[in-house]
Amino acid sequence: MTSNQNILVKLNQAGFRIKDKWLVKGVSIQIEKGKIVTLIGPNGSGKSTTAKIALGIYKKIDGEVEKYTNKVGYVPQKISIDWTLPLRVRDFMVLTENLKDEDINEALSLTGVIQLKNKNLGDLSGGEFQRVLIARAISKKPDLLVLDEPVQGVDFTGEIALYKLIKKITDELNCGILLISHDLHTVMSATDHVVCLNGHVCCSGSPIDVAKNNEYKALFGEQASQILSRYEHRHDHIHTSKGEIKKN
Amino acid sequence: MLDDFFIRALIAGLGVAIVTGPLGCFVIWRRLSYFGDTLAHSALLGVTLAYSLEFNIAFSVFIISSLIALILIQLQKRTNLPGDALLGLLAHSSLAVGLVVIGFLTFIRFDIMGLLFGDILAVTVDDLLIIWIGGPIILLILKLIWKPLFASTVNYELAEAEGLNPDRAKAVFTILMAGIIAISIKMVGLLLITGMLIIPAAMARNISSSPQTMVIFSILGGLLSVVLGLFTSLEFNTSSGPSIIAASLFLFILSLLNIKQSIKLKN
Repeated sequence: MTSNQNILVKLNQAGFRIKDKWLVKGVSIQIEKGKIVTLIGPNGSGKSTTAKIALGIYKKIDGEVEKYTNKVGYVPQKISIDWTLPLRVRDFMVLTENLKDEDINEALSLTGVIQLKNKNLGDLSGGEFQRVLIARAISKKPDLLVLDEPVQGVDFTGEIALYKLIKKITDELNCGILLISHDLHTVMSATDHVVCLNGHVCCSGSPIDVAKNNEYKALFGEQASQILSRYEHRHDHIHTSKGEIKKN
Repeated sequence: MLDDFFIRALIAGLGVAIVTGPLGCFVIWRRLSYFGDTLAHSALLGVTLAYSLEFNIAFSVFIISSLIALILIQLQKRTNLPGDALLGLLAHSSLAVGLVVIGFLTFIRFDIMGLLFGDILAVTVDDLLIIWIGGPIILLILKLIWKPLFASTVNYELAEAEGLNPDRAKAVFTILMAGIIAISIKMVGLLLITGMLIIPAAMARNISSSPQTMVIFSILGGLLSVVLGLFTSLEFNTSSGPSIIAASLFLFILSLLNIKQSIKLKN
């Protein structure tokens, strides 16, 4: 599986600093087609920075980034949009790529916000906006999805449904995902590779391996470790929010 | 037909309005009104250079405005001064230097009022050519960079992450701004050109729900302002540049009434 053709992005000892302050240092990860790599770590540990290095947003970096695709979908953690722009959801969907109307509708239906298509972006609630962000990122059928806290502000049932959706999309599109999440339950349900950051890579490996790692325990505590190892994978049906049904 | 000064003025004005419409939307979206002002002020220097070196005015203004934009970008990188201070510094110093240079050029009679507020009625057939060739070129280039420019206006990091090269789009847009100032300086003058960019676009914002409709309303508003303003200036013998801007202000006020009505309807 680790043949070179499957690699989408590769970070080699990558780091980023503002003047003398390192935000993150010495990160080596690679994201492959069809795999989910998750970054976990406390606040300020450099998770979003690592994502931005992988995306090429930060250019003056240490180390190397090799990016093998330009078909990228990005859900940033923080997004400051000038709400005075006259921008409807449908305009936002085609922001970086022209899409067919069917594709727009499909993506919005999948994340359960098709009814908001003609609404002004500024009128959405936080959770609704988050669903639109995810829809926008998946609608362009990317090779690489970078999701930085993608379900923040989404209600509890929605959160589970969206994570299932993300997993389903990886399988369908065979795209690679770089996921940043605080929710250890979800992290463990689908992740192939976990990278635990704390300014540097503190440990990495499969979820089970990481759970057993002492550094991880030191960072997150004994309880978090139990969450990881005890996780059971169990879901038998999929439903999007608001009872929307996906059309094929 | 082009012998009539009024027809020439009308054709020139309409040509400029078609271009200021979409550019003005970006000026508002990207909060560049003071940037536009700075470029316009520096245009005076361009005009004086054109006279002293017997150069084409539009070309000379374009060069100087682009140069000022470049200097601004460098200053932003190399100093710790806030953006608005740098803009003010460049705007007023280039205006002052322009006026000083005029003082040296005693052999030429300058129509200062015409420079500041425009003299659309003195537009020549050559000016028409510059507007109607330069204008469509500006629009074409804007169409080509629309996607990266608009995406980075909404969110820079999204545009960058998804491979749109927003920095290049921004640089091209700066040159387009210098271009529109160059072709319209004779018509509305350097003090009013920013008004021509901003006011129709602001009016359009009040009545639009999507970026595309805002651009269309902005163009229509500009065209209507030119027609209204020019006929007013003919009827009441007022100066033409300010009349056009006043007409666009009138349309802006009308668009505010529209907002009030729609709020009432909602309640």
